[in-house]
Amino acid sequence: MKVDMKVNGRAVSGEVEGRTLLVDFIRQTLRLTGTHVGCDTSQCGACTIHMNGEPVKSCSVLAVECEGAEITTIEGMANADGSLSTMQAAFQEHHGLQCGFCTPGMVMAATALLKENPSPSEAEIRHHLEGNICRCTGYHNIIKAVQAASGQDVQPVAAE
Amino acid sequence: MPKDGGIGASSKRREDIRFLSGTGQYTDDINLHGQAYAYFLRSDVAHGKINGIDTSAAEGMPGVLRVFTAKDFDGVGGIPCGWQITSIDGQPMQEPKHPILAEGKVRHVGDPIAVVVAESLAQARDAAEAIMPDIEDLPAVMDMKAAVQEGAPKVHDDLTSNLCYDWGFVEDNREAVDQAIKDAAHVTTLELVNNRMVANPMEPRVAVGDYAAHSGESTLYTTSQNPHVIRLLMGAFVLGIPEHKLRVVAPDVGGGFGTKIFHYAEEAFCTFAAKQLRRPVKWTSSRSEAFMSDAHGRDHVTKIELALDADNNFTALRTETYANMGAYLSTFAPSVPTWLHGTLMAGNYKTPLIYVNVKAVFTNTVPVDAYRGAGRPEATFQLERVVDKAARELGVDPIALRRQNFITEFPYATPVAVEYDTGDYHATMDKVLEVSDHAGFEARAAESKKNGKLRGYGIAHYIEACGIAPSNLVGQLGARAGLYESATVRVNATGGIVVMTGSHSHGQGHETTFAQVISEMIGIDADQVEIVHGDTARTPMGMGTYGSRSIAVGGSAMVRAAEKIINKAKKIAAHLMEASEGDIELKDGAFTVAGTDKSVAWGDVTLAAYVPHNYPLEDIEPGLEETAFYDPANFTYPSGGYACEVEVDEETGRVEVMGFTAADDFGNVINPMIVEGQVHGGLAQGIGQALWENCAYDEDGQLISASYMDYAMPRSTDLPMFKVDHSCVTPCTHNPLGVKGCGEAGAIGSPPAVINAVIDALHRGGYDVPHINMPASPDRVWAAMQGAKANMGAAQPAARSTDTAEGRSV
Ligand code: FES
Ligand code: FES
Repeated sequence: MKVDMKVNGRAVSGEVEGRTLLVDFIRQTLRLTGTHVGCDTSQCGACTIHMNGEPVKSCSVLAVECEGAEITTIEGMANADGSLSTMQAAFQEHHGLQCGFCTPGMVMAATALLKENPSPSEAEIRHHLEGNICRCTGYHNIIKAVQAASGQDVQPVAAE
Repeated sequence: MPKDGGIGASSKRREDIRFLSGTGQYTDDINLHGQAYAYFLRSDVAHGKINGIDTSAAEGMPGVLRVFTAKDFDGVGGIPCGWQITSIDGQPMQEPKHPILAEGKVRHVGDPIAVVVAESLAQARDAAEAIMPDIEDLPAVMDMKAAVQEGAPKVHDDLTSNLCYDWGFVEDNREAVDQAIKDAAHVTTLELVNNRMVANPMEPRVAVGDYAAHSGESTLYTTSQNPHVIRLLMGAFVLGIPEHKLRVVAPDVGGGFGTKIFHYAEEAFCTFAAKQLRRPVKWTSSRSEAFMSDAHGRDHVTKIELALDADNNFTALRTETYANMGAYLSTFAPSVPTWLHGTLMAGNYKTPLIYVNVKAVFTNTVPVDAYRGAGRPEATFQLERVVDKAARELGVDPIALRRQNFITEFPYATPVAVEYDTGDYHATMDKVLEVSDHAGFEARAAESKKNGKLRGYGIAHYIEACGIAPSNLVGQLGARAGLYESATVRVNATGGIVVMTGSHSHGQGHETTFAQVISEMIGIDADQVEIVHGDTARTPMGMGTYGSRSIAVGGSAMVRAAEKIINKAKKIAAHLMEASEGDIELKDGAFTVAGTDKSVAWGDVTLAAYVPHNYPLEDIEPGLEETAFYDPANFTYPSGGYACEVEVDEETGRVEVMGFTAADDFGNVINPMIVEGQVHGGLAQGIGQALWENCAYDEDGQLISASYMDYAMPRSTDLPMFKVDHSCVTPCTHNPLGVKGCGEAGAIGSPPAVINAVIDALHRGGYDVPHINMPASPDRVWAAMQGAKANMGAAQPAARSTDTAEGRSV
């Protein structure tokens, strides 16, 4: 069946099966490979995207459910001039990523948090990111990146 | 003042731009024209005889190109093992065949039985469901001690038993150790388990095979930490493809932690099938498949005995370990419980006599191999737990007992065949106590008590061996590979530099740190330096990344190649400035003649090398490209003091980590930001092992922790902010950068610190609990408290007893 949606501001359409997951539509049909698949039980958050402004695990949504939806993926997060968004830049500045595999999902989840709660505490950030697993960073620098992106003071890296 | 470039600067990572913008190129992001999809049908029983596999229905399903079973691999070799261990009796280890698809028997849940290749993944998966394997259940071999008894069912019928090897180290010390234990004033005995782990890099494994009929060349894109190793193993031993007809590419790789070192059946399958079908063939592991097909880690059951004299000096150490190999030998599996474990049993201590015995056992479980730390966490856990237990038994301070026995003179030759070049264990101990505010602990404990919680403080001090390894030494120890590293430094005509390294980065940030080193050596901007890795067609033969070896071995190779470049460039500069070569200096990207104001820029020299009009052609060749292979003279020995503070809830047994401090000595550091990140990640994995993670099997060999629902990965809410320090520096004495490596330390030092803290908390609450096996989950902690109340404690063998209880870690 055919499905139409808006992805990163662009109207797209494609043929899908009823069982096609949104993440597969994004990765296979649209070839937007920044969104990752880290599990098959909806528990790692690597596939997190924004659907109509809300963070959603795209492995737990069917493509056909997204008819008419506005989807944003990591590829749509940069500023209009192509520079990294505040959140993306904070992840680089505070070394909030290593292998980069969880990173798109983390950035999407963290960006959504700041929309809701512009100045979250450490505990609030940890709570909000509980559904996003990172195996590399131990979360320490991710927390700092999110605090920094929200304009809160954090210690610079490597001087603590 | 922190530097803003070169060695020692916290340079921001250049690779982050692509990862943050979604333009990274991981293996699953590679889609080749006309690719077909492979789906593996895997055994759902642990042990069974294959009476037949009916694939006829599957073959007729829509989109199916071909169904493969073991009989399709005539003339194809098994997956080879890269390390041979010799038993005490002089016999080589037992080495079973590891076929690409199960032959005759299935030997673990997840053992592949058949593969469907189809036009789409959904079609392949649907067809796999129509395959009818006729498998007769056999009893699962799970308990290691039972498995080596006479008459036990065998995992491999063609082997004499389930014992892979029985290794003694150092055999010449055995009698003296036995005697010292008999003569000791005090012996502390501890039986413990090092629980089975699943590495779980967030990127599951992927393989894409391709075959170019016009050139006869095969290409494999794979999630590997060491593409050259895969090319050699798969080409030479499995598929019979010479290296010049085989290219292996490991592009961006989403974490490895050891489990992506090894050569896997799926890689060989996709390469093989692509040639058979003349179509690219892609396989992407699901997470569920990863749990039952990625090599697992750890899984040791150990009894350790520490002998002390009347003054509490350590006089001897004896260990007996059962190490689970799983159903087949993974690539480096035999080396982990032996050379990567036994050689570290001295720890930071001057124990004069040590004997280590390891029995490696086949069971009906997923193969076990290196996982972050590989052998060294197992050694450290035993040692740091037994020392803590000894302190408690003797009524002395565990920190003082450690200090009293610390090695203080370097180089130090241990009784387990290695020589530590440098270290200062008192310094790292001082530092960890300071940074963790050990002095303020009692006040915090009192505060916790007011809130109804038991607070504990646990310390551990570790040593590890990184920078693996001197090739001639590991050759004697049974390695079937060399462990040098390589680098080619190519200087382009306009002065830019490309470094092609045999190391591989899968999160470590080599593209940034390696460029920092070159930038420092030449004095040009790091932006002018490109680091290429992960492609056998573009990099010299190198051994890849594991064992915290990249900067110590790969970085050293790069330095050696850059030194050759600088020497040649100086000759060219001398010619251009009509000066003597000995007077030329290179600084800040310019060559000068000592004592004059003559100068020529880096770019002028590099241009002259490729446009050699005014050039000493009679003395040197044009061009500026050099390769170096660096073989380390010794291992490197990072060390450090780790402190963990926990609160235990008496009502529930739940442990919360309140603080964690790591004070490491990594020698010189290239990029402090990246080093700290490596420690954070290691700590999360080590704390995860200590408190939550556990790969569990039931008695029938069913894997019961096969998804993130059942395998407890550390999440953001589980961990505290860490305090990490690397200001204690004793540079490595035998490599050019004075570096030691930092990738595994966090995972090595942290588990004993956590368990020591839990035990401390329980004792402060009046519970006499000698030990709790990892993971110290609420049910185990609670049960231990109840056992202590009933004066049962956790079962532990009596001192000097010969029998032990545990045969399974899982
Ligand atoms: S892939 Fe969607 S949550 Fe893991
Ligand atoms: S950066 Fe590797 S999983 Fe998060």
